[in-house]
Amino acid sequence: MKLWATIAWLAFLFSVPLWMGDLYVLHILIITGIFIIAAMSLNLLLGYTGQLSLGHVAFFGIGAYTSSLMSLGFEVHLLPNWLVKLEPKPVWLGMLTGIALAGACGWVIGKVSFKVRGAYFVIVSVSFAEVVRLVALNWVELTQGPMALNNIPVLRLGVPGWFEFAFLRKPANYYLVLVAAILSYVLIRRLVSSRAGRAMIALRENEPLATSVGVDVTRYLVLATMIAAAMAGAAGALYAHYVRIVDPDVFLFIYTVTMVIMVVAGGKGTLAGPIVGGLIFGLLPEVLRAAAIKPEVQWVVYGVLMILVVYFLPEGIVPAVRNWWQGRARREAAEPPAGRPAAEAAR
Amino acid sequence: MNARAGIELAVDALTIRFGGLTAVDGATFEVRTGEVLSLIGPNGAGKTTAFNAITGFIELTGGHIAYRGQRLDGLKPNQIAALGVVRTFQKTSVFTGRSVHDNVAIGLHLRSRQTPLAILLGLPSVAREEKELAKEASQILRFVGLEARAGQPASSLPYGELRLLEVAVALAAQPKLLLLDEPVSGMNPVETDSFMKLLAQIRGQGITVLLVEHDMKMVMGVSDRIVCLNHGRVIATGSPAEIQRNPEVVRAYLGERYARAHG
Repeated sequence: MKLWATIAWLAFLFSVPLWMGDLYVLHILIITGIFIIAAMSLNLLLGYTGQLSLGHVAFFGIGAYTSSLMSLGFEVHLLPNWLVKLEPKPVWLGMLTGIALAGACGWVIGKVSFKVRGAYFVIVSVSFAEVVRLVALNWVELTQGPMALNNIPVLRLGVPGWFEFAFLRKPANYYLVLVAAILSYVLIRRLVSSRAGRAMIALRENEPLATSVGVDVTRYLVLATMIAAAMAGAAGALYAHYVRIVDPDVFLFIYTVTMVIMVVAGGKGTLAGPIVGGLIFGLLPEVLRAAAIKPEVQWVVYGVLMILVVYFLPEGIVPAVRNWWQGRARREAAEPPAGRPAAEAAR
Repeated sequence: MNARAGIELAVDALTIRFGGLTAVDGATFEVRTGEVLSLIGPNGAGKTTAFNAITGFIELTGGHIAYRGQRLDGLKPNQIAALGVVRTFQKTSVFTGRSVHDNVAIGLHLRSRQTPLAILLGLPSVAREEKELAKEASQILRFVGLEARAGQPASSLPYGELRLLEVAVALAAQPKLLLLDEPVSGMNPVETDSFMKLLAQIRGQGITVLLVEHDMKMVMGVSDRIVCLNHGRVIATGSPAEIQRNPEVVRAYLGERYARAHG
């Protein structure tokens, strides 16, 4: 039953480009998918270890910039007379480097904040994101600053000279993002249902007890931060080679907030939460726009909906639906089937 | 006294100060392998502070602690747990939001061998181990008598069963020395009795127990030896019978006048 539901879902998701002729809709789905990957990675931290990273977009941006710069090549003076030059590299190598560098930054952040929890972890992560944004804005020689990195090449896969496929068109990019999202989902699911995931949950639920049964909570917080950062970096790299222009605005705080909203509204600490939240809050602006409401009204409605979800479903949509479903099943089991005499049912 | 019994835990001149307050003042005692040693004393005598020091939750001001010859002071709680010294907490402490079974599964952390890489790659060894862990968690729940509650959230358990769950989580960490901090406080007499039976079974598995408890019926019933603390100092050490007769202990608990009148 569960397996069939999964297969049906995947078949539906893979079939979308076949019947969806509207390229704009595909574009929205691709961007939403990229954000869902980022939201899933944030959920690993926020939902499972319980630590709120309000600088999560930094890892996204690091992935985007690193991958772009690797594939564009760059020349930069590290010292007045020391010029570092990099020839353009294949995009897949750039993407992997972006993921690795974002993961490495996550490792550093996890290590630096090894003793800070709660509000202090938030401050460390926000500060980190802001520093990275300022670097991207002001290190013009490397990043072009506000002029942005343009003409970023698209991903090409294959054996050079024999067969090559360029992820140029929207359906191809849709599949690329879909596969990346499924991969991220599988990795997170493996992680949270394992020893490592239990250690992260233990940190969230009761840190002193976790340490007293031998969980090295710092180690697992660092691990979670590193994996979440690498995954956000992957989302950033996908974004860069899809929209093909990256400017320091990718580090805007609002993107982190969007990811947090997706996770919290969908249900933090659940596997499906960021996906449901991401679909709703990724597609909602477009739905509202299509409903031909004025732009200002559109954002007011968005905000009101968000507040309603958080107010009425503080646990998030996925846990609320699950509780309702289980409650219904219990009520049905408790009620005697209709038509049978009450005395018999009571026996 | 068993001359062959080795020394499991040696606490030597343990001193702990919080600012101007001396909570533990040069306390020296030892726990012998296989015994149940109780730490008693009036409120504020420094029992829980000593527990926190042994398990690495607070730093020592002076003295040292050794477990089977290895220094514990300076180690982190999780490192101490890895050596086999596992505690429970005075205030009920479980992973509230998780199921009873998951609580014990978290406790099995040290027993488990999965590496992050193997987990991410989804190696079959991980799935195999997960199955074993689930089985072991069920065994532990059966041992403490909570198997019927396995699927329920820990938050739904009544108080007495919560305290059993705490012990189950600690047992999952495979202790060689188990430190129980007031495990029966708040339990009714029936629950206390069954807890005493459980304690005997834990002992039967070769686990040494260091107990802090106010329930004197339990302390006198289960302990091989008792150490009595008052104002952070060890005022008496001995068998339950010796402790009951000790005038210092009587004075500490019941006051100077009672001791003079009845001593």
